[in-house]
This record gives sequence, C-alpha cells and structure tokens, in this order.
Amino acid sequence: MQLLDIRNLTLELETPDGLVRAVDRVNLSLREGEIRGLVGESGSGKSLIAKAIMGVLHQRWKISADRFHWCGQDLLRLSYDEQRRIISRDIAMIYQEPSRSMDPTSPIGEQLAEAIPDHQLEGVSWWQRGYARNKRAIALLHKVGIRDHASVLHSYPYQLSEGVCQKIMIAMAIAKSPKLLIADEPTTALESTTQANLFRLLASFNQLKGTSILLISHELETVARNTDTLSVLYCGQLVEAGDTATLLKHPLHPYTHALIKSVPEFQPELGFKQQLYALHGSIPTLQHLPIGCRLGPRCPNARKECVKTPVLERLQNHYYSCHFPMLEHANE
Amino acid sequence: MSEMPTSSDLIKVSHLSKSYQKAQGLFRHKTIQALSDISFTLKAGETLAVVGETGSGKSTLAKLLVGIEQPDSGEIALAGKVVNCRDFHKTNHQIRYIFQDAARSLNPNQKISDILHDVLRYSTVLSEEQREQKIADTLKLLGLLNEHGNYYPHMFSGGQLQRVALARALILDPKILILDEALTALDPSLRAQIVNLLLELQQNTGLAYLLVTNQLRLVRHIADQTLVLHQGLSLDYGPTNEVFANPQHDYSRKLINSLQY
Repeated sequence: MQLLDIRNLTLELETPDGLVRAVDRVNLSLREGEIRGLVGESGSGKSLIAKAIMGVLHQRWKISADRFHWCGQDLLRLSYDEQRRIISRDIAMIYQEPSRSMDPTSPIGEQLAEAIPDHQLEGVSWWQRGYARNKRAIALLHKVGIRDHASVLHSYPYQLSEGVCQKIMIAMAIAKSPKLLIADEPTTALESTTQANLFRLLASFNQLKGTSILLISHELETVARNTDTLSVLYCGQLVEAGDTATLLKHPLHPYTHALIKSVPEFQPELGFKQQLYALHGSIPTLQHLPIGCRLGPRCPNARKECVKTPVLERLQNHYYSCHFPMLEHANE
Repeated sequence: MSEMPTSSDLIKVSHLSKSYQKAQGLFRHKTIQALSDISFTLKAGETLAVVGETGSGKSTLAKLLVGIEQPDSGEIALAGKVVNCRDFHKTNHQIRYIFQDAARSLNPNQKISDILHDVLRYSTVLSEEQREQKIADTLKLLGLLNEHGNYYPHMFSGGQLQRVALARALILDPKILILDEALTALDPSLRAQIVNLLLELQQNTGLAYLLVTNQLRLVRHIADQTLVLHQGLSLDYGPTNEVFANPQHDYSRKLINSLQY
C-alpha cells in the first residue's frame, strides 16, 4: 500500500531578495515496509522535505503540492489539528544531532516517558500509570540496545555520548510504533562502529514491524547499502529516483553519475591515490540559483536546452529529470 | 637519541605519552591517560591515517605534534632534530594544522588577505611586497582568484572555505599538514575536489599528511600507512592495505568490519 505519495512539492520562502524556491516540484512516494534513501548535498532541501512531511516547518515557508497524500488522505487540505493528529500518530522523526535536539534541562527518563502516547496505557488504572510508563520506557531502552537503563534514565543529555543519545532518540521515535520513521542524517555524529549498529537496529525495525524508513543522508555509500529505493536531490530539484541497485548500476542523470564516481568505494578499478572524479564548481546559494536545470553550470554535458527545467521522465521504474540522460550507459 | 633516523624520515615519533589531570572533588585528581607509548614515522610524500573512536587520543596526538600541548614523555623528531615544545617558532612553519570546521576557524572580521598577511608577518621576514606575491601565488595554487583576498570568510562557500583554510596552512610551505577531521563535514562532490587537490599537492611538492579521521573508506584510498588508536594505545600500525586485510587486534577488526554497513 502506498503510504506517502507526494507530487510536485514546492517550498518557497519570502526573503528581502524575492521569493526563494528552496524545493522545486519534488515527487516522493513510499510504500509500506519500504526503506527509501534521500541523498543530496547540504542545501539541497532534504531536511526541508522531511520537516514538511512532519509539518514542523516555520510558518514563513509556503508549502504547495499537487498531491500530499498520507494513506490516501491529503494532509495539506486538512485542518491544522487534524493534520497534527495524523502526523503524531503515524510519523516519527529522528532529528539531526540528537544531543542538541533533546531537552537539556530534564533527565532522559522524563523525556522518554513523555514520548509514550496515552493510548498505549489505556486499561491501566490511574494510580499505576506512572509505574507503567516507566516500565515501558525501560523496555524501549532495552529495545534499542541500551542495557544499563537505570543510569541512563537519570542522566541528562550532556552526560551521555552521541551514540547513546542517538539510540534514545530512536527509542522516543519508536515509542508510538510509527508507520513511517524519518531519519535525518542519523550517522553524521557517529563513529563507524556505532553507525553499523544503528543501521542494524533500523533494519530490524523495518523487518519486524514493517516500519517504512526515509533515510536522509549526504553519504551515498552508507545510504546505498541500507536502502531499497533511492531519490537523489540537487539544489531542491529531484534529479533521479529508482531502485537503489539499478540506480547505482546505470545512473541516468549526470549528477548521480558524478556522485557515484566520486566515491572511491564504487570504483574498484580506481588506483591507490588516483584522482577522484569531481564536478567543477560548487553548489549555488539559494539566492543565486541558475534557471532551468539547476545543475546546468556544473554539468559536463549541458547544452542550450538546459535553461528549461527538464520534466521528470520515466524509464520503467526509474525516474530522471534531464534533457540529455546518459542512456548509452543503460543500454550496455 | 638511541637510533639515528634515516634522512627520508620526515617525522619520527617515539614512545609518546600524555596524560591529563582531571579534578575530582576539591583535592583529589584523576589521571586520564590520553596517549601511551605511541611510535611512528612519516616519510615525505606519504600519508599517515590515524583512526579510532572519540576519546581514543587522535586529537591529542595531533595537538602534541603541532606543539599546542607538551608530551609527558617520549619525543618528536622533525627531520632528525628533536622538537621542543617551547621553541615552536622554529617548527610551526613546518607542521601546519587544519581544523575540522573551516568556517569556524577563520576570523569573520578579517579579510582573507589579512588573515594570510598575519600568518606571514608572524612566521617569516618577508617584506610587504614579497608577502603580497606569496599570497597571490598560494591563492593561485589552490585554485582561488586574486580577488578572493578581499573577501570575508562568510562570502565563501564550504568548499572554498576549506581551500582558504588550506591556503593559510600551505602559505608557509610546510612539510607536514595535519588534517583533523578536515574532510568529514564536506559534501561528497566538494570532498572529491579537496581530496584531488590534496593528492595533487602531495605529488608535486612531497607534502606529508597526517589524516585524523573516522572515514575508513577515504583512508583506504589515500593513506599509505594507518595507525589504529584505542583508548590511547596504538593497536595496529602498518601499511594501509595490510592493516585493512589483516588487523591484529579485536578492536581494529571490529572497526574495519563495520565498513560493510
């Protein structure tokens, strides 16, 4: 079943320099039990999209979409309270930098207990609620792999390492058994051993409970390992989407191609200390976005037509938006 | 010194130890052994990667090498001469340090050219004109324009800022560059650009790098040697491909296996 179905999501911000379109007509869909990766560089609008799904964007942002369906219901057409009710019931998010997104003034135990929804404690008499809540918090900690619950529950976020904070964030997110879990750059602050643990944990939730996961990251290699499908963003435009394996094997968009080639791991024949493939130039700022295809000025095969924004085209299950896709690669 | 280093050994570190005192209560102290008995050598034109988790002493090692901190025991020999932390004036133009976050390590009140002028004024005896020339050369070397000298740090993008940080380090023609997680925060395409730049510089000038990082994939690509640190102890040290193919300790094995996720 289609959980999330977003068509032409556009996020705009009014600035003194005029209207800035940070996310430009992005499509995103997620089936039940799917793990989708969302890859892009900083400023490409990954986190904005996640926040738009969560409904926590600042009021100044203008959200418009042809379709913003969650389980068949258009979220944008619902009233604010209705929207909040659905989102808080079904979607959970692990924010960037866990230790900074927790309340520094209250101990972990309180924060975790707060995250447990009331309906899970129905049937418990009111004088036993606190006890039940606490017990549930301990169970959640065990679930994410924290054995020493007693000391963690009484600690404040600053006393714990980033890896443990990350686990607590996950415990808070899964407290309500969400249908969709959004993980926004979950690995940036972690060491590689903890990263491996985290992905194992996420994969186990996906398999045991059928939770869909939207994994947001700028590191293609980690995302590629842990996802079924992949969407690649560049400067707020969706450049390519499809199955992770096919997309990595036959990228159609020059940006995806460059991204894959710039990772030494995907280039087995690349010699030691050899130059990596890199696009020249850097990501434009939001105030100075090029018209048409936003990759235009940096693209190796840009031509005259690229000043028009390409439409999203489809090749089987593989979507791309480019006037001159690298089809010869796909045919090989 | 017990043994004379060969001429190609640019830096030779032997039995380096460092501990910190941490106050516990009013009178008691707790000693934290940040590094114990670390030895390695680094040749010109080579890269040594130091990997390990937080708290393993990676950054302490980098700080000891640049002379921000003084070692408890052991010695650092630079091109055969033992370095004393006190006369850092003699060594600070040979070992340069690049911080993790370029945006936060540059003074936002100073133009790039002023930042670079300060570095030269402090460490060299060049005249104003020679300094101008040197700055122009360095900016060109790093693919920046001369006009960029008049910019303030906030006017640059992330990749360019990292180039400016590199310019500040390279302007003194160092022999060793210490990159403390300097590549971690960069976006993939920018990282590829900077890695290319570093590799090119190494080929042309024989610069040696000490790469303190968490990114094992990058280590495998650019490092000649790898040192695995864990709780201040050096677990595995050797050529990168040997360490990756055949790690000796459980911890390093775990670290390297985690690459598969």
